[in-house]
Amino acid sequence: MIKIENISKDWKEFKLDGISLQIEDGEYFVILGPSGSGKTMLLELMAGIWKPDSGKIFMGGKEITWLPPEQRGVGFVYQDYMLFPHKTVFENIAFGLKMAKLPHDEIKNKVNEMMKVLRIEHLANRLPRTLSGGEQQRTALARALIIHPRVLLMDEPLSALDKNTRDDLMQELKQLHQNFDVTIVHVTHNFDEALMLADRMAVMRNGRISQVGDSSEVFRHPADKFVADFVGVENIIKGKAMEDGEKLTVVDTGNIMIFSSEMKRGPVHLTVRPEDIIISKEKAVTSARNVFNGKIKEIIDNGALIKLIIDIGEPLVVFITRQSFFEFEINVGSLVWTYFKASAVHLF
Amino acid sequence: MRKIDYKTIFFAIMGSFMVLFIFIPIINLIFSADPSSIMANLHDSEVVGAIFVSVYSALIATLIALLFGVPLAYILARHDFFGKGFIESIVDVPVVIPHTVVGIALLLVFSSTGVLGVPLNKLGIVFTDSIAGVVIAMLFVSGSFVVNSAREGFENIDPRMEKVARTLGCGSFKTFFVITLPLALRSIVVGSLMCWARAVSEFGAVIILAYYPIAAPTLIYQRFMSFGLYDSTPVAVILISICLSLFVVVRLLIKGWRTYDKD
Repeated sequence: MIKIENISKDWKEFKLDGISLQIEDGEYFVILGPSGSGKTMLLELMAGIWKPDSGKIFMGGKEITWLPPEQRGVGFVYQDYMLFPHKTVFENIAFGLKMAKLPHDEIKNKVNEMMKVLRIEHLANRLPRTLSGGEQQRTALARALIIHPRVLLMDEPLSALDKNTRDDLMQELKQLHQNFDVTIVHVTHNFDEALMLADRMAVMRNGRISQVGDSSEVFRHPADKFVADFVGVENIIKGKAMEDGEKLTVVDTGNIMIFSSEMKRGPVHLTVRPEDIIISKEKAVTSARNVFNGKIKEIIDNGALIKLIIDIGEPLVVFITRQSFFEFEINVGSLVWTYFKASAVHLF
Repeated sequence: MRKIDYKTIFFAIMGSFMVLFIFIPIINLIFSADPSSIMANLHDSEVVGAIFVSVYSALIATLIALLFGVPLAYILARHDFFGKGFIESIVDVPVVIPHTVVGIALLLVFSSTGVLGVPLNKLGIVFTDSIAGVVIAMLFVSGSFVVNSAREGFENIDPRMEKVARTLGCGSFKTFFVITLPLALRSIVVGSLMCWARAVSEFGAVIILAYYPIAAPTLIYQRFMSFGLYDSTPVAVILISICLSLFVVVRLLIKGWRTYDKD
């Protein structure tokens, strides 16, 4: 368990202002906040890279506020990997074990095993600069996990990756979290990551914590306007997830069936981002799995974008540009078709 | 048809004057000395001794610059503090002071009655007319090359790399030696080479502080004054050849050096 008690720190343009937080053992904890909110500094304070101006940090019941990073047993993963460029993938991963002065053979076995887990065995002798972003991040993860840290701290670990790699690694992180039974603190500004990964999350702003809670709590009952705007989820629908063939999940909301490509079973919440939804007046041929006909209930003018609330059995929020709004010639009561892909439906 | 870029051509012509201005005198010098007189000079113990004094003292000066300059470079690269600008200026000042002035300044401090000369004399280190004098004259004028180049090397290493190493159980000092230093080594070597080359060529400060043991630039000056151009040229050729070959060797070494940031 990590307990942060009233931590404050003022350094250059960064500031933490009386932060208290408790992270349970084995928890996947996400700290969500815009850039400049102080989330990286909070993470580096947990790692021992900074010392607080005031406040205390406890880990496993012991105070570690003044302990140097090398004695804390934490793993750290940065957005841009920070692999040692003069060492091969193998040497990078072996680094922590070498520092712990493990015998040569044991290091070799452990590193090979770890590379297998992260599917990077074939890269063992490559230098970091020859790797793709995803490969570098796997190496960085392996390097941090191999010392079996009490807590794995990750600063925007997925932000430098393209969408496909990010989705893959997100799944992987979930797996690793379970398999290694490690406490994870993951800092991000990306709301989807928090949604997918977090057991609980904290929303940060200007060096303070605005809200702590599990995902649905934060989305459904944002503590203030900032949290509401920042997490900004328009479409949250409750339902029951069931299997549908090999690669799909179908969610029965009671009124309609919505397809998702994410694997979850049982009672869930699903979200669809408004920008992932396409609308048309006539029914179109599309590859999207979710096609619904609905009546426009409400039209809200948001300036450049027009917000539509369409009743497809569940209320669905869709944004369209002012331009297309006029081209569509639609009004309250008009019938429109809505389309969204199964991969656009997130389950949590 | 490709459009001719007159700007590039004009700039290239102007620039080549600069290059030729440096290149022609050096090449001319190397080919102007009679090979037999060069050979004769290589057997002249005074010439060999002077070259040894220069090369050896410059090496010592470079090592001292490394010992004290690298830690300074690291501090300057990693920390912001009150008075940092002042420290940076001090490091760069030797570049703008006339070297004879440096010699006088050092003489005042390191002579047998100077502030630093008195205690060091008691330890048996004498600076006037000794190798130690040559070394400190060289150190003063060339040390900043090591500091500035090493600093640039350290600044190019993301401090977060060091932070990660720390979390992996690597202590503060050890992180410097296994992560930071290897990655900055190329810059440090380049700085040392510049420092050494500048030290070998130092004349103004050296003659004021230590005319004897005679260093190579001093010998060239002495021969020129006493015997004229013809007698000083072969010594000049020998000295410049040594400097240039070392320069080329290290340049090649650095070119072949593994760099990690680009292909």
